[in-house]
Amino acid sequence: MSDHQEEQPPENMEASDEIRDHVLIDLSGGDVSATTTGGLWRTAGREIIRKKSAIVGLALLSVLMILAIFAPVIAPYPPNEVLFDEGVAPRDPPCVHLLGCDPDTPQHILGIDGNGRDYFSRLVYGSRISLIAAFAAVLFAVFWGTLIGLLSGFFGGWTDNVLMRIMDVLLSFPSLLLAIAVVTVLGPGLINAILAIAIVTIPQYARIVRSSVLSIREQEYVSADRALGVSRWRILAHRIFPNTLTPLIVLATLGVATAVLEIASLSFLGLGVQPPTPEWGSMLAAERNQVFTAPHLVFFAGLMIMWNVLGFNLLGDGLRDAIDPRLGK
Amino acid sequence: MGRFLLRRFISSIPVIIGILALVFALARMIPGDPCRAALGERATDEICDAYNERYGLNDPIYVQFGIYIKDIASGDLGESFRFGVPVTDLLIQRLPTTIELAGAALFIAVIVGVPLGIISGYRHNSKTDVATMIGANIGVAMPVFWLGLMLQYIFAVFLRDTPLALPPSGKLDAGLIPVPFYEMWHLPVNGLTEFLSEFTLMNALVTFQWEVFSSAFLHLILPAVALATIPMAIVARMTRSSLLDVLGLDYIRTARAKGLRERTVVLKHALRNAMLPVVTIIGLSFGLLLGGAILTETIFNLAGVGKTLFDAITSRDYTVVQGFTLVVAVSFVIVNLLVDLLYTYLDPRVRVS
Repeated sequence: MSDHQEEQPPENMEASDEIRDHVLIDLSGGDVSATTTGGLWRTAGREIIRKKSAIVGLALLSVLMILAIFAPVIAPYPPNEVLFDEGVAPRDPPCVHLLGCDPDTPQHILGIDGNGRDYFSRLVYGSRISLIAAFAAVLFAVFWGTLIGLLSGFFGGWTDNVLMRIMDVLLSFPSLLLAIAVVTVLGPGLINAILAIAIVTIPQYARIVRSSVLSIREQEYVSADRALGVSRWRILAHRIFPNTLTPLIVLATLGVATAVLEIASLSFLGLGVQPPTPEWGSMLAAERNQVFTAPHLVFFAGLMIMWNVLGFNLLGDGLRDAIDPRLGK
Repeated sequence: MGRFLLRRFISSIPVIIGILALVFALARMIPGDPCRAALGERATDEICDAYNERYGLNDPIYVQFGIYIKDIASGDLGESFRFGVPVTDLLIQRLPTTIELAGAALFIAVIVGVPLGIISGYRHNSKTDVATMIGANIGVAMPVFWLGLMLQYIFAVFLRDTPLALPPSGKLDAGLIPVPFYEMWHLPVNGLTEFLSEFTLMNALVTFQWEVFSSAFLHLILPAVALATIPMAIVARMTRSSLLDVLGLDYIRTARAKGLRERTVVLKHALRNAMLPVVTIIGLSFGLLLGGAILTETIFNLAGVGKTLFDAITSRDYTVVQGFTLVVAVSFVIVNLLVDLLYTYLDPRVRVS
């Protein structure tokens, strides 16, 4: 079909291009078409700055980003260095010189973990794993979800039916359960945990992209394109895809929060990141039996997970309100 | 209405078939040989051949799938490699613990989340509203395993010698053995009575075993609160935003204009419509509860579906993994179906259209 359209003589092409530009200019005034995306984002940026929750979210995430990027500078010790030579014992309590800790004992502001490593340094390095893993999982899921949603919504018919039934099946499992099952098949580890979480979340993105496509497909500027003989792939790539981005970006930001939680959960269960890699979930799991004697070793790792999740949730909520106030309050 | 129900029911059939196929495929894809996993060091080549022959593992994959479907249709989920008992027996023992836990968590989530949502929606932008929303944001962000461990520390160590102290793990005090109701009432022992008697709280209540009841109740508080936090926060947020939407509608202005008491306007007129999306959210949080149950049961050492499933995965007990995953996924589909039906019942607009 599309090949047939491209075989038209060049002068016709030019003519139709010209008409198409006119049509687009006419339509762009009233509708949010691809040509107004820059304006939308500028408005959204202004709105976000006005939202307190988004600012708090951004602030929380900035701290984490700084920790992750400058980890070697901020952390006083390498994350996996065992410090028994320096006279520390497993699970030594925090020692801060400024707060009256004996200046002769080495300073470890959050104490020592069960294997004699500086707990603070491990927490700092943990931010790298948490951020990278969550971003990777969401990017993978967004890529495949968008592709499936676009194809499904645009082509309809049996393509849509088959793809959406597969998505329904994936959605009918509680997400953590399915992620556990997938990791069991793939084997534990960081990459496999990322893949598992991505696979589990693909349906959410596929569904939201599909529903955007279904509504955009019927818009006048798409009909105009179709009438002008623009190829299906060009319509998909240049008219429909840009307009699905708004809800997708909001969902993806909130999705990073979920991914952070699920990666930590998988690692906590021993199926995700493996020791000695400093990851908050597995650090928490390693010390969970010591919660009654050394609760700080459990407390701070969980606090970091919460910090990260909270940051992305607040930012996602703020983005949603800024881009489309109708979507939620 | 009847046509809608039928259509909705039929549309869940392909999903259930898909779940069956996916669970079957996942169980076959788990690395490792089921014979060696089951028999360990005793597994020689000859024994494994016989084993594979006996369990049909040498058949072509479509034959295996056919047998698997036939077995499930007759209620046979296979036998646990690790415990040597039928998977259905394990389900009878373990499912009630999870239902009790998830039920208690959902109860807490609703009775706390809905009123909080109403107050903060009604007093929009007040201090209560801001505090509730900050609390809800923090609640959604808390990892359930961390919250569980922290609750254990606070209530079992920090408040140890106070009246607020609570047991940190297990289902009952050590040494306490509940008498099942069928024994007390001389009823026949079958799958159903055994299943019902595993609901410890209910069993103790109907047979007046107060010591067992109070122990089970106290043991349930911490895991239920830990599991309830995320759904509670979601329910509160949803109630608030939905009530805010409804309060801005014309019919509410009419209700106020004709002089109805504010209480009646909010609780009778507004709330009835505002609760519709909340019902959906409550239904959807069922999946969240089941996922959370894996973590909560592991932390609080409760032998429910979640912990059994996790133990089965780590010890490669394939039949249990397959059976339990299937039951969880199918019950999730059924709950979603029920939520849809409830929604239709509650909202006349859906019924008419």
